[in-house]
Amino acid sequence: MSIIIHKNTKILVQGFTGKIGSFHAEEMIKYGSNVVGGVTPGKGGMTHLNLPVFNTVKEAVDQTGASTSILFVPPTFAADSAMEAADAGIKTCVAITDGIPSHDMVKIKRYMRRYPKDKKMGLVGPNCAGIISPGKSMLGIMPGHIYKEGKIGIVSRSGTLGYEAAQQLKDLEIGVSTSVGIGGDPINGSSFRDIIEKFENDDETIAVLMIGEIGGPQEVEAGQFAKENMSKPVIAYIAGLTAPKGRVMGHAGAIVSAYGESAIEKVELLKECGVTISKNPSVMGETVKKVLVENNLN
Amino acid sequence: MDIHEYQAKKILSDFGVKIPTGGIVYSPENAENKAREIGGSKWVVKAQVHSGARGKAGGIIICNSPLEVADATDKLLGKKLITNQTGPEGKIINRIYIEEATDIKHELYLGLVFDRSSESIMVVASTEGGMSVEEISKEKPETIIRSKIEVAVGIQQFQAREIAFGLGIESKLISRAANTIIGCYKAFSELDATMVEVNPLVVSHQDEILALDCKMSFDNNAMFRRDEIAELRDKTQENSNEVYASDRGMNYVSLDGNIGNIINGAGLAMASMDMIKLAGGQPANFLDVGGGATPEKIVKAFKLISMDTKVKVILVNIFAGINRCDWVAEGIVQALSKIEIKHPLVIRLAGTNVEKGNEILKKSNINYIEASTLEDAANKAVKAL
Repeated sequence: MSIIIHKNTKILVQGFTGKIGSFHAEEMIKYGSNVVGGVTPGKGGMTHLNLPVFNTVKEAVDQTGASTSILFVPPTFAADSAMEAADAGIKTCVAITDGIPSHDMVKIKRYMRRYPKDKKMGLVGPNCAGIISPGKSMLGIMPGHIYKEGKIGIVSRSGTLGYEAAQQLKDLEIGVSTSVGIGGDPINGSSFRDIIEKFENDDETIAVLMIGEIGGPQEVEAGQFAKENMSKPVIAYIAGLTAPKGRVMGHAGAIVSAYGESAIEKVELLKECGVTISKNPSVMGETVKKVLVENNLN
Repeated sequence: MDIHEYQAKKILSDFGVKIPTGGIVYSPENAENKAREIGGSKWVVKAQVHSGARGKAGGIIICNSPLEVADATDKLLGKKLITNQTGPEGKIINRIYIEEATDIKHELYLGLVFDRSSESIMVVASTEGGMSVEEISKEKPETIIRSKIEVAVGIQQFQAREIAFGLGIESKLISRAANTIIGCYKAFSELDATMVEVNPLVVSHQDEILALDCKMSFDNNAMFRRDEIAELRDKTQENSNEVYASDRGMNYVSLDGNIGNIINGAGLAMASMDMIKLAGGQPANFLDVGGGATPEKIVKAFKLISMDTKVKVILVNIFAGINRCDWVAEGIVQALSKIEIKHPLVIRLAGTNVEKGNEILKKSNINYIEASTLEDAANKAVKAL
């Protein structure tokens, strides 16, 4: 198994007919993802990329049975679209959109709380690369071919740094069960902890690589969860050792504003939780390999 | 995005928070007149720069006559104020705020931020106003009151009252204090702020509750719906290269080192900076040209880096996904035909079609050092210094 998306996961594209939505929908279809249609309000009834376009998510879910969506809607309307997906019974929504206001993110998360746990949508992102279960399905904007099928779970804030890790692993002939980009925003849908918990419960995943960065409490919260609840080894790299305090480093969430949010502090706190640290971004793959050997997992 | 004190106070006053009478001036003559207009016998002349700790740096002067106000304004206007937050280059003083002096009884601290763990708005307050919140949490952590506000319903009277009582405010002033806290909350939640800090919030001997100083930051991502805030931006308070970059959709932060870098993706950019440091060098900047790294963006990035006089070596590190290395390489060749780069150039390409990309670079007549891994790139950049 993989986490969140599998071979037959039915996918809707929100913002389907736009330039970016079309491009990535095609890439996903080429990879083998089961894209069943898309939503663009006002263009319902059209056919796009040989697939049906719907006016509303509800209608799309009713007619296709889709459980999952990917969002390419511009920031101005993205919050509205995410809430629409939640209301239509979508189980996982990946928001690729960069630039959603923080106040809107808080609003989306409040909105999602109205549903009981079994009906609640899982939001991944925004400002992320999406999810890939290599060889099965791609729900994102990553280059699919750099991911080898395998047993390492990757969870990363950054897109390109996640690619870097996948490539390093592939070069060492290590594969990935699922890779999840949770995005660089200060308030995001799924946290590191949410994702590593899924990896812990996944039969196929044998170890987890977590790629974090400065800012916010999530990496350390995940470390504490791992210490208390995980049997599988966790390897981590934290970017931003050289980042100055109080400055936003590209990602809106990458800003050190409290104790425990700098790279050095996060590394120390994660070590205390028993997480193995990749000492620099060039050895993420090697560090995973070393841990696999030490734990007789290779 | 940050704004000036006087702009932040105007916003607070629109939300019902009381502020001392004051006005903005641009010349000493203006200042003298403004002091007479405000009236009273004591004024505060405040340099408007985007920085805290202005008082310690000499940017806030108390005056006892309109003539002193004019002199103080003359002394500050057009100068650079160097505080412990501005860096050694300081920030230019183009505007002066003249305010009536307040007869202070107590100084308090009030701040609002997002709490990333609970995803709510957090009000932070303390009786130790006038100190920075970092100092308060180090020296007087027991005085800090935190209150999480549920954004769906917003702040309630009782929550504001609890904070006010927690600050030891006299009973007769409680509702005034609560309304001040509510006003700050509304400013935060209705204008897409990411930080509102009133420090100090004061209780005067005349039993008034006043915002004496205020800092506000706003979410850049929300500016599309906040024209009234976007127009408060003062580019003279920002690093000129950073303004150039942000106006062109690039994420750039100027740093102190001498290795300039051009990277795609914020995480990879931070990681590359870390590698430079581990290799014994210092990055001159953080620059994320975006996941795409289109040729146009690479041209702009080279322009930006060549504007930085500190730079001695340039490191390009691109992980090409969907955009393929051959395409990125063509972008680099194109960029370098338009801009002359005098410094050693290290290029590391990775990802899709990396061999083709490197071949294009080799066949071109650009003078560069090829690197294979992140580590290799950083080592070669440091060696080229």
